[in-house]
Amino acid sequence: MDDIAIELRGIDKSFGLVHANKNINLRVRKGTIHGIIGENGAGKSTLMSILYGFYQADSGEILVNGKSVAIRDPNTAISVGIGMVHQHFMLVENFTVLENVMLGAEDNQILNKGIAKARRELKRLEQEYALEVNPDALIEELPVGLQQRVEILKALYRKADILILDEPTGVLTPAEADHLFRILDQLKAQGKTIILITHKLREIMAITDEVSVMRRGEMVATRTTRETSVEELAELMVGRRVLLRVEKGESRPGDVKLAVQGLTVKDSRGVTMVDGVSFEVRAGEIVGIAGVAGNGQSELLEAIAGIRKPTAGTVLLNGRPADVAGHADPAELRSRGLAHVPEDRHHVGLVLKFEESENAILGYHRDPRYSNGVFLNIDAIRRDAEEKIGKYDIRPPNARLKTANFSGGNQQKIVLAREMERDPDVLIIGQPTRGVDVGAIEFIHKRIIEMRDQGKAVLLVSVELDEIRSLSDRILVMFAGRIVGERSPEATEGELGLLMAGVEGRKEAAE
Amino acid sequence: MSTPYAKLPGWVEYGLIPLVNLAVAFLVAGLVVLLVGENPFEAAYHLINGAFGRGEYIGFTLYYATTFIFTGLAVAVAFHAGLFNIGGEGQAYVGGIGVALACLWLDQVMPWYVVFPLAILGSAFFGAIWAFLPGWLQARRGSHIVITTIMFNFIASSLMVYLLTRVLKPLGSMAPQTRTFAEGGQLPKLDWLLSIFGLNVGTAPFNISFLLALAAAFAVWVLIWRTRLGYEMRTMGHSPSAARYAGIRESRIVVITMMISGGLAGMMALNPIMGEQFRMQLDFVQGAGFVGIAVALMGRSHPGGIIPAAILFGVLYQGGAEIAFEMPSISRDMIVIIQGLVILFAGALENMFRPPIARAFAMRGERAALVQTKGA
Repeated sequence: MDDIAIELRGIDKSFGLVHANKNINLRVRKGTIHGIIGENGAGKSTLMSILYGFYQADSGEILVNGKSVAIRDPNTAISVGIGMVHQHFMLVENFTVLENVMLGAEDNQILNKGIAKARRELKRLEQEYALEVNPDALIEELPVGLQQRVEILKALYRKADILILDEPTGVLTPAEADHLFRILDQLKAQGKTIILITHKLREIMAITDEVSVMRRGEMVATRTTRETSVEELAELMVGRRVLLRVEKGESRPGDVKLAVQGLTVKDSRGVTMVDGVSFEVRAGEIVGIAGVAGNGQSELLEAIAGIRKPTAGTVLLNGRPADVAGHADPAELRSRGLAHVPEDRHHVGLVLKFEESENAILGYHRDPRYSNGVFLNIDAIRRDAEEKIGKYDIRPPNARLKTANFSGGNQQKIVLAREMERDPDVLIIGQPTRGVDVGAIEFIHKRIIEMRDQGKAVLLVSVELDEIRSLSDRILVMFAGRIVGERSPEATEGELGLLMAGVEGRKEAAE
Repeated sequence: MSTPYAKLPGWVEYGLIPLVNLAVAFLVAGLVVLLVGENPFEAAYHLINGAFGRGEYIGFTLYYATTFIFTGLAVAVAFHAGLFNIGGEGQAYVGGIGVALACLWLDQVMPWYVVFPLAILGSAFFGAIWAFLPGWLQARRGSHIVITTIMFNFIASSLMVYLLTRVLKPLGSMAPQTRTFAEGGQLPKLDWLLSIFGLNVGTAPFNISFLLALAAAFAVWVLIWRTRLGYEMRTMGHSPSAARYAGIRESRIVVITMMISGGLAGMMALNPIMGEQFRMQLDFVQGAGFVGIAVALMGRSHPGGIIPAAILFGVLYQGGAEIAFEMPSISRDMIVIIQGLVILFAGALENMFRPPIARAFAMRGERAALVQTKGA
């Protein structure tokens, strides 16, 4: 069969006790866009890392264009025409586009010839695939969408016929994502084969020709996209029926619990990240902040939580200023009823090297239940952790296991259990379901709605527009550090997307 | 996405890997011995015999180990909070002031068991002060602790020269040292402990501060894993951003941790000053502060690992001296090379053999799983 670009036969890979890929068989037809979907930890990334030569399979065979090849490292993968666009870009920030593209393919110790060749080649690729980028622009000055384009150009420059894209839309605005899809279509039209790894069902439906579903290291199904549905794919991914829409009743907003007034935050370089932001969150409502990552949401959350010092403005918690004499203390804010689920659970919300029970008290370790001031009450801490493990269905149910060994979804549940079980007045949540599997997303969304219904004031920040729309009672859109508009959750994606891109906002502000 | 994490069984992590590292270190050391034309097996014999051959040798080995337990614990405590305290040398040196003051003050009127607790407090106090300054500079001014603690080693060295030549030296003496302490400033030997095993301590200065070192090791374990302060230190050590999130004040933890670390380093001074020489001499620390770094690395900053690591370095010191004595063509510098190789393989390259060992275990686990599935 010569129309198969990639065939995997019986790929098997274990890391210690973790069986990441179990006897995987996959066929990707030439000139198609093939989606690979699955929950976090289902083994998608491992499989692609094997295909790209980062890992070696323990057993199994890889056929490229019908020929069996041993892919020992990324260089072999490139030489057989496989290119990869990583989730986290592999670009040198202070190099130009041209320098990045030719990095590792310079041809010679003296760069002159290579540069001339690269420039010609870039021009050709630009024309052929409508991939415009200024070759002399510095990477750090390019928006994320263009940086991604450089990654694609890098792969094409190395004569890739088969492109692997790992979660490519995670950092893009809806408009940028659409643009990416157009590029992918263009590439397909030119005969390239594309493998798209994602956990977003909508993208699969929008762009792929075929889709393969992975679950717990196994390839459970391959479908023709036109003949399947979001519901079926979700069910295949999780292994049971999933509720995709969040069910929630009317909100009954009460008193103002959290008020932010003219908050301005500068980062360490003195760049204004949050610019005079004001809003209120009432008891019993969820206020969502939508926006493309990097528009000040992270800094806003940190400032409210007392981790980052604002340069101007105030935060009122239950009507009282959150900072005393310019000093906000996260520990004191916690005791006053503020719970914070941080965006980055790996570096902020958890200490990955701690055992689960130790993380279950992070930030609350001064509580008399857990310590008498000097010694920790290990028994109480573990008992408490086990209780939460049961209540939040954290798996594996082992309070003494190292946190790094839990899956993303379960790690997030550890954080949520810790913050929600304190019965706070105000709950601020950043990226509640980033890197979390579909099954856990459903659970987490339900818990957030429950918190609202119990009369908590919830502030939600997420880059997943769907999540913001389905959970929030009111949506604020942030762009370039400002709140550029407020919408109801019924607002269309297009409308929010324009605000997020700063197009509508500027008009609105001008009016 | 997250890299799958292979966990090794405890006995591999804490037993097999250090042993393999050690074996390789000795193998390379053996090659060095071969290179100078000596018989490596003979050297190995003298090393082991010199460290364990007689009660007296064992006494010396444990005497050195006592010193290294203190300095190893000092480095380990700082490690847990993510601080690299290279100033153990200077802190131990300055800690000697506390010991000397207690002894000079009371040795003629009080028995050792009154002087000892005061000397402990004094040594810990002076050591802590010497570590407080770099800690405070880091917390307040952001001066990097690695740089400042190294500089403080030099300051300590000059300070002690001044004190021992001008202030603490008895009038009329030509030697840069304090007077010899009377009975009250001399710690009893642990001869009874060795005699339980039918050994005779002989002239070895194996003294009661060994028991203090063991108690300190236990106290460090409690501090790190059972107290709130230890929890906060570990949080900061693993993830400063998580510590900030948890409302843990970084500057407070840095200063307190450094003082505890310095205090432990300072207590090292008890062993040579009150246990062996009965006076404070110039350069009595003799590099023990730096050996502490290797001990802490090798013992993985866990008291349960630091004690055996300290004993190993005790063996290298005592047995090494014996090699130099018995095999004249192997100079003292050769011994330092061997010690350096141990530090290199056990400390700096401790992860060299981990991946192959982990892989071997992964394969073994797989085979076991296969057997299981076939059996089922």
